[in-house]
Formats: sequence, C-alpha cells, structure tokens
Amino acid sequence: MSAPILKERNKQVHEKGKAAFDLQCDRKSVAGSVSQRACVFCGSRVVLYPIADALHLVHGSIGCASYTWDIRGSVSSGPELHRLCFSTDLREKDVVYGGEKKLSAAVRELTAKHKPAAVFVYSTCIVGVIGDDVDSVCRKAEQELGIPVIPVHSAGFAGTKKDGYKAACTALNKIVGTDETGEISPLSINILGEFNLAGEAWIIKEYYRRMGIQVVSILTGDGRIPDIRKSHRASLNLVQCSGSLTTLAEHMEKEYGIPYKRVSYFGLEDVSKALYEVAGYFSDQDPLIMKRTADLVREEVETYLPALQECKRRLEGMKAAIYVGGAFKAFSLIRILRTLGVDVVLVGSQTGNRQDYEQLESMCDKGTVIVDDSNPMEMSHYIVEKDVDLFIGGVKERPMAFKLGVGFCDHNHERKTALAGFEGTLNFAREVCASALSPVWRFAPRRRNSL
Amino acid sequence: MLLKHTTAEVAERSALTVNPAKTCQPVGAMYAALGIHGCLPHSHGSQGCCAYHRSALTRHYKEPVMAGTSSFTEGASVFGGQGNLVQALNNMFTIYNPEIIAVHSTCLSETIGDDLAQIVRKSIDEGKVPEGKTVIYAPTPSFIGSHVTGFANMCASMASQLAEKPAEEAAPLDQVNILPGWVEPSDMREIKRIMKTMGIPYVMYPDTSDVMDAPMTGHHEFYPKGGAKIADIKSSGSSKATFALGAWASEPAAKELWKKCRVPYETLDLPIGIKATDRFLAKLSEVTGTPVPDSLTAERGRAVDMITDMQSYLYGKRVALWGDPDQLLALSEFLADIDMKPVYIVSGTPGKKFMNKMESILGDVVPESKFKNGERADLFLMHQWIKEQGVDLLMGNTYGKYIARDDDIPFVRMGFPIYDRVGHSYFPTVGYMGAIRILEKILGVLMDRQDRDSPEESFELVM
Repeated sequence: MSAPILKERNKQVHEKGKAAFDLQCDRKSVAGSVSQRACVFCGSRVVLYPIADALHLVHGSIGCASYTWDIRGSVSSGPELHRLCFSTDLREKDVVYGGEKKLSAAVRELTAKHKPAAVFVYSTCIVGVIGDDVDSVCRKAEQELGIPVIPVHSAGFAGTKKDGYKAACTALNKIVGTDETGEISPLSINILGEFNLAGEAWIIKEYYRRMGIQVVSILTGDGRIPDIRKSHRASLNLVQCSGSLTTLAEHMEKEYGIPYKRVSYFGLEDVSKALYEVAGYFSDQDPLIMKRTADLVREEVETYLPALQECKRRLEGMKAAIYVGGAFKAFSLIRILRTLGVDVVLVGSQTGNRQDYEQLESMCDKGTVIVDDSNPMEMSHYIVEKDVDLFIGGVKERPMAFKLGVGFCDHNHERKTALAGFEGTLNFAREVCASALSPVWRFAPRRRNSL
Repeated sequence: MLLKHTTAEVAERSALTVNPAKTCQPVGAMYAALGIHGCLPHSHGSQGCCAYHRSALTRHYKEPVMAGTSSFTEGASVFGGQGNLVQALNNMFTIYNPEIIAVHSTCLSETIGDDLAQIVRKSIDEGKVPEGKTVIYAPTPSFIGSHVTGFANMCASMASQLAEKPAEEAAPLDQVNILPGWVEPSDMREIKRIMKTMGIPYVMYPDTSDVMDAPMTGHHEFYPKGGAKIADIKSSGSSKATFALGAWASEPAAKELWKKCRVPYETLDLPIGIKATDRFLAKLSEVTGTPVPDSLTAERGRAVDMITDMQSYLYGKRVALWGDPDQLLALSEFLADIDMKPVYIVSGTPGKKFMNKMESILGDVVPESKFKNGERADLFLMHQWIKEQGVDLLMGNTYGKYIARDDDIPFVRMGFPIYDRVGHSYFPTVGYMGAIRILEKILGVLMDRQDRDSPEESFELVM
C-alpha cells in the first residue's frame, strides 16, 4: 500500500536515501488534515503554566481554560496556584457587549482572594475577534493592584503554536529585569525551556549546585515571579526545548548582554556535554569548576551505566518511531536510542524548522522517514511498514501506538517519571524496556510471534 | 493541599468561573459524531480546539480519536472560514475516505458569522463531496450552553439532516428510535442489550460502542466497526416512536424528528437507578405493547436485593454530586431511593428546568439539599459548601479528586471526563445492571473507608 499522504503534504514527508532532501516545514497545516498540532493559545499556556505563584486567568469561552486545567505535570515545590482553573467563561451576552468588564472584575476578585505575585491574562480566539482591549484592562488593574497584570496575546488562529511561545516570551520579558536587589554570583545561570515535569528541573538544578553555580531562575519549571524579576543579572542563559524560549534568550542577550547556549539534558551524552560546556564557560573565573564537573559526570555515569547496558542488551535491534513537539528533543532521543541499540526508523515533529530537519536528516540512517506536522494515518502507515517496536510521543499518539501493538513512552506532558539528567536517562531506558518488551504484545494479533 | 484557599464562607463572585463543572460545546459534538459509523468529525475553527477535544476524549477513553480541523488563520478569521472548510472537506474525503463528515463550529467561527449550512451547500455544488458521501453540520458556539449542548446539537443535526420523511400514506416501520443521550459506550451497549432482551426492533443513535471501546487488533482502524449506520438513521424518520433519554442531551433531536417526520416522542430520564429504569421499560412496554420479560424483572430483583442487603451502609450518607443535568437528576433520585442524602449538586450546564426538577426530586426527601446550575455553579462553589458542612461521599468526574484528597472524602468517579481511572468504557451505569454497578462502586469506597478508619476492636471481618 502506498502511504496515505495528502498531496499538499508530499513535501513534508521524506525518506532518507530516496530523493534529495528538501523537506518543507514551518507551513500552516493543510485544512482537513488530522494534524497533531495545537494553537497559539496552547503554546503560550504550556510555557507560562508552570509559574506556580502567578494566577493564570483564561479570558474566553470555558473550553480553553478547562482543557488546560492541570494537564501538565509541572511540579511545584511551594505554591500551586497554577493548578487551579480560572476562566471568565464568556457567554453570549459578553460576545455581543464585550468581555472587558467581566475580565476586569475577575482579575480583582482573584487577586483579592489569592494574592498572587502576578497575573497572566490569556486572550483567546474569541477575544481576538470581539475586540476587547485586554491591554488597557490589564494596565488599569496593574496600577490599582500593584502587581504585574500581563496580557498574553494568544488568539488561537493568530499563527501556530510557535507564535504562542513568542507571546509567552513577550509576557515573560515584562517581568525580567524588574528587581536589582540582592547578591548574585558571577557564576550564575538561568535555566530556560525546562518545565519541571516529574521534577526534572530539580535534578538539573542539583547538578549545577554541585558544580558551584547559582541558578537564578528556572523558566518556567517550578517558576517564581521574584526569581524571574532578577533573572537579567545571571551570567549565562541555558536554553533547552529550543522552540519555546529562544525568543526570550535572544531578547535577554540583546537587552542585558547575557549570552545563551542551547543544551539538552536528555541522555548521558547530551547532559554531560551540557554540563561541560557550562563549566567551560566559567572556567576562567573558577579554575576548579572543570574538575568538579568531571567528578560529577564520572560519578553519575558510573552509577547509571551498568543498568543502561543491561537495558541495551534487552533492546538491541529494536526499531523506534519518534514524534515530538519540537525537533530539538528528537536529536537527543535519536542519540539515546542509538546508545540503547535501537534504530530510529520514523522521526518527526509538530514545529521543527528547516535547520532542525537538516540536522535530523544528517543524523538518521538511510531509509528513515522524516515527517513534519504529521497525522495518525501517515504515522500508522509507517509504523506498520517499518515494523516499529516502540513509539516515543505524546497524549494523542499513545493510544494509536497501543492499538498497533507497539510499546510507547510519553516524552511529553504526561511523562510518568523524570526523563532528564543521568538518572532520567535510566528511567527512560527502563520505561522503554518495560513497554517495548511487555508480554502483552504477544496478544496483539498483528505482531510477529503473536499468541 | 491544592485547594487550601477554599474557605467555608461562600465568596461572592460576579465574573469568574473557578474549577468548572462543564466544558465547551464542540467536544460534545465530536463525541456524538463518533457514534456514527464511518464518521470523521470536523472542527471548524482554530487548530487548538480540535487538538484539545481529541486529547480530552483520548484521555477519557484511552482510544485514538480522529477529527479534522479547518485550521483557521488570521485571514480566515477576518474574511471567513469558507475557503478552509471547502478545502478541508475535499481533502478529508480524498485522503481519509470517511462515509460521512460531521462538521461542528467553534466560538471563533460562530462569532465571525460563518454559515455552515451555506458552506456545506457550496461544497456539494462544487463537487467537493463525492457521490454517495454525506456531510452534516451543527452549530456549537462555545459561549452558549456547555459540552452537553454541543452533544445535543449534533444529535439534533443527525435527526434533522439525515432522517428521511416517510411517504404520505406509508405506515410506520416496526421499529422505535432510541436517543441514548451522552452516556458511555458501555451504556449504549447495555441499552442495546435491553432492547434485544425486550425483543423490540430499534434504531439507536449515536452509538459509540465498538468505536470508543474498540478491541486491540494490532491495527489502527480509522473507522472502527461500531457506530450507528447512516441508513438506519435515515430510517428513523419512519419509526413508530422516539424515546429521548435525557432532556438535555436527547430532547432536541427528538423534537427535530417530530417536526420533520412526525415521529411522536417521549422524553425520559436517563435510565439510571431503579425508578428511572422502571419508567423506561414501562414506557417501552406501553408504546410497543411488549411485556417486560422475566429476565429483566429478575435483574431488577437482584438490584433491589443488593440494596436491601447493604442498606445499613447506605442510609443517611451525605453525598455531593457534580456533572451533567441528565445524569444528576436520575442519579439524585436513585441515591434518595436508597436512603442516601444527595445534599450538594452542581452542574455548569445551564437550563431552567434543572432547579425545578431537582426540587421535585429532593424537596421533600432531602430538604437540606443545595443545588445550582449554570454560571458559577462550579467545583469551587461545591467545595465551599463541603467546607461548611462535610459529606460522606463524592460522585462526579475526575476533577473532584482535589476535594477528595484535601478533605479525605471517599470518591466514586462518574461522568465526563474521567482521566484517572478505567472501567467506565466497559461497565454500564444504566439499567438495573448499571444500578448494581453504581451500588458496588459506592459500597466499595464507603466500606474501604470504614475498614480504614475503624478502631481495631471494631474492625470487622464480616460486613
């Protein structure tokens, strides 16, 4: 059977070795495609959501708030305001007469009750269309309440999820640089694009502590407004999940002269590389930092390598498919899977850019299929055709993988254990082993050797 | 203590919904559409809506959910989404080959004034809908009603756009229509079993059994084998009668069938609990002249037997409920019948009848009960009531788990969505067998609690 690809999408699917690489990306989804992508609002919401001492008020119809209520396992060590669901719940009369009054009252009622450190007001599709002046409502509330009340312009139709990341960065940028008090070490960093799913930010923060580096703020995992206010005084920004917070990093470089580096904390290789790079950056100021880092890496690798080798023994020769939001994560996943003896035969992302895909192509083996903004029909087809054993994806891919009788690991919001850092690499390997090698697949009629 | 902010005094709110007991219309329309065989639901709006609804249904059913989206852009939101929808229909029929596409709108497309009827007509005129294929559409503005309204609107569109008017003189077919309401695939399967047991020919739509509880085969079926057949829905215009289960979810479709095809209808409560099931069977029996078979009477007897056996664990227990009106009305009646006290009830779904009906069910038997629906009838309000005076049991969707944990209250999950437990797809809550299932769940958590909390000397082996 030939692959069921919409003709408009022909250029967004590439099989390495079949033709010259010319993958199209950064395109709007084709109308009618069962795309796995979401919208601008979704992009803003996932980035800002983990800031736990802020109020997140969704201005719009009820759905936008209810579907994003506590769905991201971003853990907080203190306040948990971010896990509640606040909506202006716009009704028909508000659509006719405007929702500004309602919004203004909601911000006041909420602030009186919860005393948040800041309020983020997300404007959704409908607000974009009825023309509420959200900026002015926020400005007035801010003056009156004495806390930042920040509009997040995230009408769903106004671009892609990536534009939502940008809107979130614009909002964050209004908080950055507003506190000059207190001491900050010259050996200091901000961690960007880390959302503390299953406590991952804490693992990474601990590495930096052991290296002697102060973490000024984490954007946005276990995030706090007071930390973000000071973040402009850190010496270096480290950007993970390149898609979401690069805009902010670029801005902070321009405005405050803070350089940034793209890093990944997934896989022994990548996390070691990240820590060494940071150590290298600070080695002029602290000649011992390299040694401390090398000790840390050695200790961690020694701790986890034997168990990882055991996983590799069990997984050797299996085939995997990867479909993730941003392409940067796919690079790490390909490397981890390779070290586990697993071949990646299908890889794709919702929002990768040209440069990302070129890098992906160069990393992949011949025959690997690369897809941009894919859909379940294409993915199902290649899973069967390439006889995949394991799928790495998110919520919408999970049941598809299971129906096809292949193992699955959620590397998105619904990950069950920390997957970052050295220990996270082992957690990942163990989860992959458990799912790909589960005895249940023997009952899947399609799979080889089924019972 | 995620909800530590909640206090016993009820805070006055004028503009804010906190922890809602509802969501928006389109997800209901999408769920209803999945109950037609070979149907691809389509969301006419921004891409995010469709992604969220698919994720919500996937989390609830642990099933892949396919749906298309018009992927609105800035341009579409200014100039209208007609181009997007026409192109979408063309693309979907070409590549995904559904039998039928069921389009629903969103707050965005409604606000900019897209006319689905006109756009669908245009698509047909321009040959974008292949011969033999079908498109239906339902307006589902998210700023009106709730997810239940969206379900009802899509069901009404199935009736008004698919059901065929019989010829003038034609005698009605020997069949009745069942509109099951927003219930689980397990419930739809159970209703079909009851109809089969009664021996009454029927057409039921929507029917999500064998769609949202599809077996694992190693293949990803875009269109699983279940779902109401289009031909059957067409024939529903010639049925003898319609039974609309649940006034909120099903009555609008029954009214459409009456208006268009003159099929008389009975609106009944969802058959949850003994009395509501009695009424359903009695009405079926009365309209079709079919006696209720002994096997169903025996099921009733078993349910009642279970209640009598376990009454000492049930009576006087205070229960807080939230969810959708059709479920809440029937369930409250059932709980009162087993001598429990449904004291607090909220539903984010509006509708004036709710307060009156609830009053008639609980006014005399549980005079202390408080209930509210519509704006700001949310879980924050519910929690304030509970802080004021506690309850012994919570029943509702997953979102009650914060209250259950913070206030250490036994919790039975029922309704939509359930993101954190399984079983709802497989075990019904309708009919007498459903009553047994509800009882088992309630007794399970209450008796576990008693075991956990009783001092050693009164910790009982036999209960």
